[in-house]
Amino acid sequence: MPFFLEVLVGGLLAGVMYSMVAIGFVLIYKASGVFNFAQGSMVLFAALTFVSIVERGVGFWTAMAITLAVMLVLALVIERVVLRPLVNRPPITLFMATLGLSFMLEGLAQTLWGSQVHGLELGVADTPFEVHGVMVSQFDLFAAGAAGALVLVLGLLFNKTRLGLALRSVADDQLAALAVGIDLRRVWAVVWAVSGIVALVAGLLWGARVGVQFSLSLIVLKALPVLIIGGFSSIAGTIVGGLLIGASEKLAEVYIGPLVGGGIENWFPYVLALVFLLARPTGLFGEPRVERV
Amino acid sequence: MALASTDEIFSRVPASRVRVDRLAGVGVLALAYGVVPAVGTDYWFSAILIPFLVLALAGVGLNVLTGYAGQLSLGSAAFMAVGAFASYNFLLRVPHLPLLVAFALGGLTAAGVGVVFGLPSLRIKGFYLIVSTLAAQFFVEWALTKWSWFSNDNASGVITAPPLLVLGHDFSGPRGRYLLALTVVLALGMVARNLVRGEVGRNWMAVRDMDTAAAVIGIPILKTKLLAFATSSFYCGVAGALWAFAYLGTVEPHGFDLDRSFQVLFIIIIGGLGSIAGAFLGAAFIVLLPILMDNVATRFLAGVVDPSNLENLQKLVFGGLIIFFLIKEPEGLARLLRTAAERLRRRAVVR
Repeated sequence: MPFFLEVLVGGLLAGVMYSMVAIGFVLIYKASGVFNFAQGSMVLFAALTFVSIVERGVGFWTAMAITLAVMLVLALVIERVVLRPLVNRPPITLFMATLGLSFMLEGLAQTLWGSQVHGLELGVADTPFEVHGVMVSQFDLFAAGAAGALVLVLGLLFNKTRLGLALRSVADDQLAALAVGIDLRRVWAVVWAVSGIVALVAGLLWGARVGVQFSLSLIVLKALPVLIIGGFSSIAGTIVGGLLIGASEKLAEVYIGPLVGGGIENWFPYVLALVFLLARPTGLFGEPRVERV
Repeated sequence: MALASTDEIFSRVPASRVRVDRLAGVGVLALAYGVVPAVGTDYWFSAILIPFLVLALAGVGLNVLTGYAGQLSLGSAAFMAVGAFASYNFLLRVPHLPLLVAFALGGLTAAGVGVVFGLPSLRIKGFYLIVSTLAAQFFVEWALTKWSWFSNDNASGVITAPPLLVLGHDFSGPRGRYLLALTVVLALGMVARNLVRGEVGRNWMAVRDMDTAAAVIGIPILKTKLLAFATSSFYCGVAGALWAFAYLGTVEPHGFDLDRSFQVLFIIIIGGLGSIAGAFLGAAFIVLLPILMDNVATRFLAGVVDPSNLENLQKLVFGGLIIFFLIKEPEGLARLLRTAAERLRRRAVVR
């Protein structure tokens, strides 16, 4: 039983890390209906930029500020160069544009900073400790705390500020938002900037875990099923989805994996997401779309 | 996703244009079967022409599903893998099976797998469908690696092509493999062209443009979508078999990873969504660009660009091109070519 609990807790905490990436998706999808495949590359780009600046002898917080500024500029450029010319195009076109964007970001990050693996130290040791006979990683708890804080801040931003009101109105109905005088371009730039910041936080946590390297951009593939289960437009959904995916993925690997030869972590979340979708085609918390002819 | 304009679908093609098109077709055939085999070098066959033909076929397959039927797929490489490994196993386990029949059986197996992963498309729409095609991608790669039966108990899942014999002729040399790929790809390309111009193609486009509306006017959604998945997977499957047998000779499951799926998707974005010719143009572009960049880098930028950085630069250029094409010419190279041809023709008429 303690072993089961240990796997479960480990899985839940890993799931929180997946949610961190998925949150960036949701922000952009809510505000602009764009399915941003480049979120993973943004995580890589942010983490690689941060690490490379730190390695050049800049202090932690200064490096953080510089990276934040870079992500803001990046958001503005993306809005200007990629999104604005594609206004009113079908969603599938915008998705493919973000696919191109993700290639550009990966290429750019590695051209600028090289493709070797960088270590990242956040000052939190990855040492396990024992709670009632269950081993829990200190770092995982820290990551979960960071994710919780991030969700809290985003919640406040969305629900208590004027900017949040604008964001929510755009998410609700773009045309109506335009009609009451909300600047759509500014909202998009803000949303991309915020998901850039989320990408930085996710990148730092993941980078400290597995090292800052190319494979960081592949966590987008882990975040996808999380997103699908939670629904594209719900931040709470990504947390629930992340916990579900994280826990079931680890449990499946431990208990089902040996029966079929192991290594099922790659596809199991997708099959799980598929099963969920067959029951609820728009995810757990997604809003069903009404279609008119 | 309204890509094909209505005049393209309903217009009566003038007889003079049909003649010109037919002439161009004969010209291409003469070039492909007459001139190229005579002047081509082994390098051209093995490194450029064969991968171009095979990727074009995979592009045609994905274009049926994404360009015509509007179902986004990130699993093309999985269906290619199924085709390759199925053909291999049919040849291995069925004595005296002709090569081309094995290709067809491989394609049909891929079609079957495609239908299974296409089933969710009936309930799930749009981006949510990506999850189904990605599930196919990861599951197939995993299954082919884990279960060694598929690769005849090879430790690392590698399969090796037997000698390519068709009707007693050996097509194992570079020129032979080129002719084999060319024949298969051209034949299937013609079938696809007729398919998308007929009732089936119109049904696909109707479902793509709005499936609710298509259902209202009496198009059977279930049949249409699954037929698109089956056809697309069949083409990808045969392309995979050619990739393994005619291009590489030996492949492992990881040769058909997600990056290959992206490559096929980029082919149809750059070449032109919803265009058979576009798949060929896009494939040519995607095969030639890295070689071109390689040459430019070694000739002119030696010392400036680190060779290890070339791959990253390629990514940068590819990504940029994707965005450029989506913004400036969403119908891709196929549209550019058509516009250029129209202009030439008009000029000829005026004179």
